[in-house]
Amino acid sequence: MFRFLLRRLMVAVPTLFLVVTAAFFMMRAAPGNPFDSDRKLPPEVERSIMAKYGMDRPLGEQYVAYVSNVLHGDLGPSLKYKDKSVAELISEGLPTSATIGLSALTLACLVGIGLGIIAALRQNQMIDNVTMAIAVLGVCIPTFVTAPLLVLVFAAKLGWLPTAGLNGIRSLILPVTVLALPQIAIISRLTRAGMIEVLRSNYIRTARAKGLSEARIVLRHGLRAAILPLVSYLGPACAGLLTGSLVIEKIFSLPGLGKSFVIGALQRDYMVVMGVVIVYAGLILLLNLLADIAYAMLDPRVRLS
Amino acid sequence: MSQGFSLTPAAHQGPQTMERAAVKGRSLWDDARRRLLANRAATVSMGLLLALVLLAIVGPFLTPFTYDQINKNDVWAPPLTAGHLMGADSLGRDLLARLLVGLRVSLAIGVVATAVSLVIGVIWGATAGYLGGRIDELMMRFVDILYSLPFIFFVILLMVTFGRNIILIFLAIGAVEWLTMSRIVRGQTLSLKQKEFVEAARAAGLSDQAIITRHIVPNLLGPVVVYVTLTIPAVILAESFLSFLGMGVQEPLTSLGTLISQGAQDMEAAPWLLIFPSVTMVATLMCFNFIGDGLRDAIDPKDR
Repeated sequence: MFRFLLRRLMVAVPTLFLVVTAAFFMMRAAPGNPFDSDRKLPPEVERSIMAKYGMDRPLGEQYVAYVSNVLHGDLGPSLKYKDKSVAELISEGLPTSATIGLSALTLACLVGIGLGIIAALRQNQMIDNVTMAIAVLGVCIPTFVTAPLLVLVFAAKLGWLPTAGLNGIRSLILPVTVLALPQIAIISRLTRAGMIEVLRSNYIRTARAKGLSEARIVLRHGLRAAILPLVSYLGPACAGLLTGSLVIEKIFSLPGLGKSFVIGALQRDYMVVMGVVIVYAGLILLLNLLADIAYAMLDPRVRLS
Repeated sequence: MSQGFSLTPAAHQGPQTMERAAVKGRSLWDDARRRLLANRAATVSMGLLLALVLLAIVGPFLTPFTYDQINKNDVWAPPLTAGHLMGADSLGRDLLARLLVGLRVSLAIGVVATAVSLVIGVIWGATAGYLGGRIDELMMRFVDILYSLPFIFFVILLMVTFGRNIILIFLAIGAVEWLTMSRIVRGQTLSLKQKEFVEAARAAGLSDQAIITRHIVPNLLGPVVVYVTLTIPAVILAESFLSFLGMGVQEPLTSLGTLISQGAQDMEAAPWLLIFPSVTMVATLMCFNFIGDGLRDAIDPKDR
């Protein structure tokens, strides 16, 4: 186990490095630069701005400088927001995005796995068909439709919850629900498929023959193997949810990370984009590692090596 | 594990064994077809999906208005007025015509991007999982790197480099979706390759390539089909998400996602602009889902 972790870390660091390298050069290969968007600057002004951020030097040199800054823990200044560093922007946005994402994921796992088990146990019966039809609906309706609909009903018409903004736990209920709905749908489908497959296997028959209670068979013996496909899904899904959903942040006017990233990418704010890419890539690598460990713990046939 | 072996006769069916198969009269795929046709939800969905596909192909030629025709007098026309069966939008464009074109575009994006991701993902994942060792590690490292870049990053870069282009939307979505597919396939392959029938095939002297294509890939069909039914809606949704951000299909061309995202903005004033595209999208995606479930139950040899 320790050797596995060590090896994976030795793999993760160069991977992260390659990701940063790929992102850096891909972004610089795209046409345009951060200062040519609104109105044309006089060439000498543009040149002096470029010089201020070191962007007049050759690309390779800029890359080396950037990587060395990052290694020293400095993500650089934002090229668009005056007087803000990338680290500041991230530490403002990430907590909001992560809170909403983590709450949504927890909610989705609880409800999704529960529904998936129920549907699998009643395969092709009424409750299964209804659950899966709702699950399909959950996947099919985009969040930018559910969000305004729920706001219309629960905020505008009933007045139970705030429409938008970040202001206490009550303001999180709608965004979390909207974000969780499609995840509930996907998780319940994956759990159902896994559970149906597992319940047919020999060791479950053995457990039945031993006279174990149905609850024990399903929850202790079945669930462990049934959620294997789910584990592979959750790693990357989790990273996506933690770093924020642009749609949710836009509709509920939340100060999250997703918004700064897309705006940054569209305006070529290279520093912000690179900063968020590093956070996102780091999270993905970490969560995939956790998913692999969980997979091996759940399935003894897969050995960590 | 006798069920596992039942794949072998079907897979080995050469010219000389065809005769025997005719006498036996039931191959694995015959059985699968029979079971699929016995599934009511799946057959109804296949019929409905076929109708939707035909509508998407021929429908746009039959509507009295074209999808990009602006009618100044019909702005915000409700359904069934001024010759607009489903009403008109803020420019007086006929919703039915736009819906049919949007359906065509969305179906094309969904199917093509998923097919791309399916082919790449299955080949990549099965090869990596089966070969294992250093090759597996290298192949999955490549996947990890691409995985670690946010989807929207690719899309924005492609778009600012090449301009907005519907082919690029296919490419961007397909290029991202295959990563998940390859991971799932690899995971399944890892446990499949330790099964007895694979060992038997190896003992019988089959090449790695033959084992992958004849024994591993057919046994992957169950999880892969389930994942495809999740991918097609995911692709169509990814496209609609891009449309919501103003980076999707370009006006006046449209897609279901574009129509829905425009409809959601005018939800209270002109609900039909949201309702008709949403219903069409949900119906289409539901069909894919029921067919996928039906296929899964039909193909899975462990079901017998």
